[in-house]
Parts: sequence; structure tokens; C-alpha cells
Amino acid sequence: MGIEIENISKHFGDFSALGNVSLTVPSGELVALLGPSGCGKTTLLRIIAGLETADSGRILFNGEDTTRSHVRERKVGFVFQHYALFRHMTVFDNVAFGLTVRPKSTRPSREEIRKKVTELLHLVQLENMANRYPSQLSGGQRQRIALARALAVEPQVLLLDEPFGALDAQVRAELRRWLRKLHDEIHVTSVFVTHDQEEALEVADRIVVMNRGKVEQVGTPDQVYEHPASPFVLNFLGNVNLFHGRISQGQAHLGGLQVDSKGYAGADDTPAVGYVRSHDIEIERDRQDDSSIKAVVRTILKLGPFVRISLAIEGNSEFIEAELTRDTYKHLNLQQGEQVYVRPRRVRVFVEDFQI
Amino acid sequence: MKLFKPQNNVLPGFGPTLGFTLFYLSLIVLIPLSALIFRTAGLTWGEFISTVTAPRVMASYRVTFGSAIIAALINVVFGVLVAWVLVRYRFFGRRIVDALVDLPFALPTAVTGITLATIYSSNGWVGRFLEPLGIKIAFTPLGIILAMTFIGLPFVVRTVQPVIEEIEVELEEAATCLGANRWQTLQLVIFPMLLPSILTGFALSFARGVGEYGSIIFIAGNMPMISEITPLMIITKLEQFDYQGATAIACVMLLSSFLILLVVNLLQRWSRRYAE
Repeated sequence: MGIEIENISKHFGDFSALGNVSLTVPSGELVALLGPSGCGKTTLLRIIAGLETADSGRILFNGEDTTRSHVRERKVGFVFQHYALFRHMTVFDNVAFGLTVRPKSTRPSREEIRKKVTELLHLVQLENMANRYPSQLSGGQRQRIALARALAVEPQVLLLDEPFGALDAQVRAELRRWLRKLHDEIHVTSVFVTHDQEEALEVADRIVVMNRGKVEQVGTPDQVYEHPASPFVLNFLGNVNLFHGRISQGQAHLGGLQVDSKGYAGADDTPAVGYVRSHDIEIERDRQDDSSIKAVVRTILKLGPFVRISLAIEGNSEFIEAELTRDTYKHLNLQQGEQVYVRPRRVRVFVEDFQI
Repeated sequence: MKLFKPQNNVLPGFGPTLGFTLFYLSLIVLIPLSALIFRTAGLTWGEFISTVTAPRVMASYRVTFGSAIIAALINVVFGVLVAWVLVRYRFFGRRIVDALVDLPFALPTAVTGITLATIYSSNGWVGRFLEPLGIKIAFTPLGIILAMTFIGLPFVVRTVQPVIEEIEVELEEAATCLGANRWQTLQLVIFPMLLPSILTGFALSFARGVGEYGSIIFIAGNMPMISEITPLMIITKLEQFDYQGATAIACVMLLSSFLILLVVNLLQRWSRRYAE
């Protein structure tokens, strides 16, 4: 059950929420819509569900145009950030809701409904909660019930709007691992919205990075992380450092750094920015060759498994940040105010025009 | 459970506030009510029974409680509708309509009674058109229901309105995604959530109707056995200096109102059983 999104645009008054977005969600995949708040990802999800109508464009489910069909006919399962459970119903009745509201001709018998609900509660590992009310469950449990409720109608597509957004860090991590596992079992085409890059990288088969109502890049987690198509994607997925400079004849000069940039062979004395991820910066005491730059250690922050070090570089007004593993940090035994050399391992250069 | 023992609380004030509450309630509510019962106690049991079960008095109970229940039911239906429209739709003059709802609270009851009687009498603005259809409202039991409906409406609207405001649109969206049609969403999702507030609104509207005197006597016609309300019976007794008879009837009213409100409150608690 694949989804085709063709040239979808949506305005709210003067604000353009989505500008001509096209996207394909292959059947059986778990796709993440990733972007900062206000980038249009939730709007896109709601348009797929039919809870919002697009100003123009088409939505196709399995090649069939569903743009005009009502939410009820689309057979989508929708999971809300704040669960949207019916609080006057027990867990059992919540999960059974989608089946009990069917017209008599297609409604399963009482016994069948009971069986189905029990199966689903087993799937979400909450079998013994059937007679509780939502107010008696924890946040993580509520979201799992919401998921079971959405799955009860055997949706063609599962849509999740920031499903873990309201949960605390530990439950969130646990639940997303669980969602990944669940998806591997049931293979329903799923789209979920998130602003958490870690969540997208961990859970999704494919990530759609969005910004300002546009799709910036579509790809597997590896692709978007290793080969970001734009500075925005690079910036959004992980911490990066900026080195400003100029590029000419395929060679970028970025404040003491020389980088080959074959991609911009035609550029002649064009402003450019080199991007380096924090964990791609090495620190050394003694200069080994001229590809490293002199820097001074400003602050040292120990953050669990790694250590973040701010360094001041001559001619660069902003500090750069390097992330070292604890072992490397201990080995180097860095001190505040010490002079060191930094060596960027991987520099990605984009000319200024491309900048956000 | 320790009845009056507060848990250790950073915020002080349990003692003085509970003390004041009990003192205040005694002064304002309990002492006058006990005086009522005390006064009635001057009657023998036989006299008491014959006073409160006299045919005219019995008829007045039927009129008062019957009309109050019907009026409260009407108010529940239309009050919920008004509250729904006021919360869910944005239209020109919404604020004015919202303010109009409170008018029955503020209007002196005599003004209400005279106005209604004038408009619904056989040559009034509205009554003129109802007369040829054979419907008489002013000076009949229908007039009593009309007056009670008028004064009770704001109670339903004002108790249901905030609850409707708090229903998340997401709940309706969830129901729709699961295949429920509009009617099923209303019946299975929205109505159960409104039920507690509807019951409260019903109880308040009913209580107001039972206690109403001023507006009703102008429109009721006050015919013995047909359109006499119980408060009027009490006034009649008072005018004849039959204080004990008056308090006896008052006691019956008090007790029955209390029982009805108690039942409604229990129902309301049951309808909120999921909240814990």
C-alpha cells in the first residue's frame, strides 16, 4: 500500500505551509517526516489522513486518487501526540471503538471483536489493562493503547503525529525501539512526524527532511547523514561547525583550511562555507602537518559518554565544538586555556548561495 | 480515614477555613432550616399529615415538581444546543448572544412574570398567533413551564459551556479516523463527556424552577387544583396566619427537593466514574 503525494500546496492565510511537495512512500516502509517546528510536516501528515485539505495537488493510495475522499473512507490509522484516548471508555472499549462503530452489515460479532481486541492488547503488551480507564495508565501505556486502537481497523496506512513527543526521555527511547520492532512484525505502511533527528535515524527506513514547507532531502538514514544534500540537512542532523572562506578552481580556502571541492570546479572566488560535524574534529597536541589549525581550549563539558570541547580559532569569531570519546579525552588530558591543533576529518563545502 | 485530620501540607489554612465554612453554612443555611423544622414540630403528626396531603396542596406538588422537571428537560435540550453553538461557531453577534443568556439571572422575577404574561396572553405579541391554534399559554399550567424554562436556561448553558470548550478536537478527529460518522461521534464520544455537566445543569435548573415564585404567579392564573404552585400555597397559609401549616408544606418541599438533588448528584458521580 504505497502513498503518492503529488504537488501538494497548502496556505494558512498568508503563510505558505507547504509549497508544491511531492513524495513517494513505498509500500510497507516506515518513513519519518523530519524537520523543525513550523516546517509543514504535521500539515502534510494531516493532508495524507484527510483531516486537512490541500489547496492543490493530489494524494494517491496504491495509485488510486483519494484527494476527494473523506477521512472515514481512507482507512488510515492516526496516532496523536497527546493520545486522544476516549477517557470515559475502558481500554478495551477504546481499542474496540473502530469495530463497534461499523455498520451492522460489516461489523464483526461480539466474540470476534473480543478476540481481535485481545490480540491487539497482546501485541502492545497490555493484555491485563483491558478494564482500566486511560487515566489509570502511564503516558507510554496510553500511547500504546492509542496505537492498538488505530490498528484495530486494519488501516492501509498508519500515520503518527509526534507519537513520542509527550513522553519522558527514557520511555521515549524504549517506545521507539518497540515501534521499530512492531513495524518489522506487521509491515503496515507508516509515516511518522518528528522533530527529533535521533528518533528519525533510529526508527525510520527512510527519512524525509523538510524545511519551510519544502522537502530538502529524501533518503535512508545513512544517506541523509553521510551525504546531506544541503547545508540545512547537515545542520539539522547533528552538531556542525562552520568555516567561512572562498572557493576557486576546485579548491576551497577556509581560514587556514585547504579543501579539494571538485563539485564546484567552475566556481571562481565564490564565498563558501565548510561544514564539519563535531565528532569529525580531531585534537592533537603537536602539529603533524599543515592540514591542522591552531586553537585554544575554552571550555570542557563532560556529557555522559562523550566530552564536548569548545575551541577558539584565530580569525574565527565563533567557537568551534569538538566531541571526543571519554577515552580520547583522558588520553589527551586537555586543560582549559591550553593551545592545541585541530584537524577536521571530513569537510563538506557548500557555496554561500546554498546557505540557509 | 481520619475525618478532620489534614495531611501534612506546606500550604497552611485547613483549620481556620474549615471552621469558617462550617460556621458560615450553619449561620446562613442550617439555622434557618432547623427553625423551619422546629416551627413545624408544633403540629401533631395527624395535623401535619392532613395539612401536607390536603387535595389542593397535593395538586400543587404535582404542578410544581412536574413543571420543574419538564422545564429542566427542555432546558437540557436547548441549553446544550445554545452552549454548543456559542463555543463551536464564530458568527456576527456571538458575544451579544452570549451575554443575553445571562439575562434571566439578572431580571427581577416579577418583571419576567409580567413580561411573559403580556406577550403570551391571548392578545399579546406571541399569544395572538397561538390562540387560533388552540394553544393557551398565559394563565394555564403551560405558562408555569414557560416561566420555569426561562429562568432555568442560563444554568444549563453556563455549566455545559466550559466543558464543551475543553473537548479537544483531536478526540473527534480520532473517532472520525476510526470510521465513526458524525452521529456516532456525538453519541459515543461527545455526549458521555458532557453528561456530568448536563446532569448538574439539569439539577440547578430544576431546583431553580421548584423554588421560583415571583414570575410564576403572574403567568400561572393560580387556579386551585390546576395551576397553583406549592410556594403559592405557602404564601396563602401565611396570609391566613397559619404559620405552622406553611412551614409544614415548606418541610415537604425541602425534603423532596433534597432527595431529588441527591439522586441527581449520585447519577452525576456515576457518570464521572472514569475520572477517579
